[in-house]
Amino acid sequence: MKPDTPSPLLSVRGLTKHFPVLTPGFRRRQTGVIKAVDDVSFDLAPGESLGLVGESGCGKTTTARCLLRAIEPTAGVTLFRLPDGRTVDLARLSDRELKPVRQHAQMVFQDPFSSLNPRMTVRDIVGEPLVIHRLAQGADLDDRVSAMLARVGLRPEHRSRYPHAFSGGQRQRIGIARALIMRPSLIVCDEATSALDVSVQAQVLDLLKELQRDFGLTYLFVAHNLDVVRNFCDRVAVMRKGRIVELAATRDIFTAPQHPYTRILLSAVPSPDPDVKMNFNVGEELAKLDALTG
Amino acid sequence: MAAPAEPPALAAPVPASEPGSLSQWALIGRRFRHHRLAVASLFLLAVLYVLALGAEFFAPYSRDWRDLSHAYCPPQLPRYSWAHGLHVTALRVRIDPLTFKKSYVEDPADVIPLGFFVRGEPYRLWGWIPLERHFFGVKLEAPRRADGARPTFYFLGADEYGHDIFSRLIHGSRISLSVGLVAIAVTFMLGVTIGGISGYFGGAVDTLIQRVIEVVNAFPQIPLWLAFGAILPAEWPPLSTYFAITLVLSLLGWTGLARVVRGKILSLREEDYATAARLLGASHTRILFRHLLPGFTSHIIVVLTMSVPAMILGETSLSFLGLGLRAPIVSWGVMLQDCLSIQTVANYPWLLMPVVLIVLTVLSFNFLGDGLRDAADPYATK
Repeated sequence: MKPDTPSPLLSVRGLTKHFPVLTPGFRRRQTGVIKAVDDVSFDLAPGESLGLVGESGCGKTTTARCLLRAIEPTAGVTLFRLPDGRTVDLARLSDRELKPVRQHAQMVFQDPFSSLNPRMTVRDIVGEPLVIHRLAQGADLDDRVSAMLARVGLRPEHRSRYPHAFSGGQRQRIGIARALIMRPSLIVCDEATSALDVSVQAQVLDLLKELQRDFGLTYLFVAHNLDVVRNFCDRVAVMRKGRIVELAATRDIFTAPQHPYTRILLSAVPSPDPDVKMNFNVGEELAKLDALTG
Repeated sequence: MAAPAEPPALAAPVPASEPGSLSQWALIGRRFRHHRLAVASLFLLAVLYVLALGAEFFAPYSRDWRDLSHAYCPPQLPRYSWAHGLHVTALRVRIDPLTFKKSYVEDPADVIPLGFFVRGEPYRLWGWIPLERHFFGVKLEAPRRADGARPTFYFLGADEYGHDIFSRLIHGSRISLSVGLVAIAVTFMLGVTIGGISGYFGGAVDTLIQRVIEVVNAFPQIPLWLAFGAILPAEWPPLSTYFAITLVLSLLGWTGLARVVRGKILSLREEDYATAARLLGASHTRILFRHLLPGFTSHIIVVLTMSVPAMILGETSLSFLGLGLRAPIVSWGVMLQDCLSIQTVANYPWLLMPVVLIVLTVLSFNFLGDGLRDAADPYATK
């Protein structure tokens, strides 16, 4: 963790996403809101990895998608520092203003099977960002795609294959290559390893770390697997019901959790040590916690 | 999606079937070839379209050629003999002295030699290549008739004015077969654009478009066609009428395709790769046409193939009812106008030849569409 970094790469303040609840039928009156993301604030220092953890449905993925405007946030400010020193508010840019900014902030998706277009070859998938932003074409494009594929551990001659010919881990590498080919500074990993089996997970995490070193990347790492976060992230934010309940350095979170919810979450992780008793009462304790906090 | 070319820089030669590099189209083609009926239909349609394309060459006579002395001449089947080669015998008109009924009797002494690639009426292929050879017909050196005209050969008989039905079928197929394709092109543009917008943007736009589609579908088709057909001014040149007819046909035909496109887009736009493309900065057009549409091009082709017959039948019905194309343009529907009375049909059944071709064409398109549908999704389990 770099506590006193003067200017953060990304600074999120009061990010909120509410989904209206509508009555079924023709008139579709609004009867309430679901607060998927509720007043979330955090800073991301350049070069750090921030883990975003929480139970299913706590709003981690929605937060990640709101940041990159895959979903329109209801409110909030997302200040993002561009490599040229300008700072823009991602949440408020128009589509046209947003397009050039997208070169610098990219996402790696959870599902390596649905995130790659099955009708496109690997060359087209990985090269597409360069085509969209008119950064390269022809032989130059081909060279950069090959170089990027080699960088993520794939063979350049795989370019002409279709995604269905690859394993889950290889597909995730293709997804990473697509996200990195424009040399962005911020990568949002939306559960990037949770669809992979454990040994492949480790390989992909190693690759991500290596790339972070080489390209000076900053990660927002959304995950529900606490072990992954513990090894990968500098700081961890714990989310519950759309809010961040605790945000601290990884070691502090795992050794001295402050918020009761963090403690419950940690106690639910099975430990390899047979003497450590696993907590089977998570549901009950959560109910108690809710009763306390109202 | 073109078949991916192998990078030339590879050291080892890669076989064409490198695993995973067969495009979706290669897989579709492979499966399509197992559907015998569909392949046969494709072949038949190819023959029909080639005939239509080279109509002037393949037809023994031009569209407007006629010999009034041979009105309602019955079909003449070519024969083969060692002495005369390929030939037919001339037909002479005989009038029954009691009933005055005209009939044709063969004159075995008068042999008309036939041949392939014979010289005939000069014509311009596609309007500009001057030629005078026809695929087959009466040989130039055949002895002239008593009245000085060249002997005639009616492969499938003649109509009321002594037109050669076979030649007119071929000339007419140009219109009848292309009307389906042109109408399909318009249908494709309307259906994909409107359906795509409906599915991609969703919400109020979607609701509005779906209601419009329901209203269009609720119109009774034939009366509407008739109304449109009646609007067309009779003094329009044939080409304008032709395009107006195709437009009328496709203005009602796009709804089915639009629904298919909308449904598919609705499901595909939620895929992560659509989101990924958006996050890369791709425009709506790029996402729609580069990412979403290729996901079901095969389905679009199937729907289009299946709706060609409706277009062909539509043109035929309109022309048959006298509201579509009119003489001197020849189409299968126009030719069928001669069959309006039961006497004609009973006495000269060869006038019904267009029906045979229409049925064959429509069946072929249906079988072709069937085969394409089975082949369309190579990843689907049988």
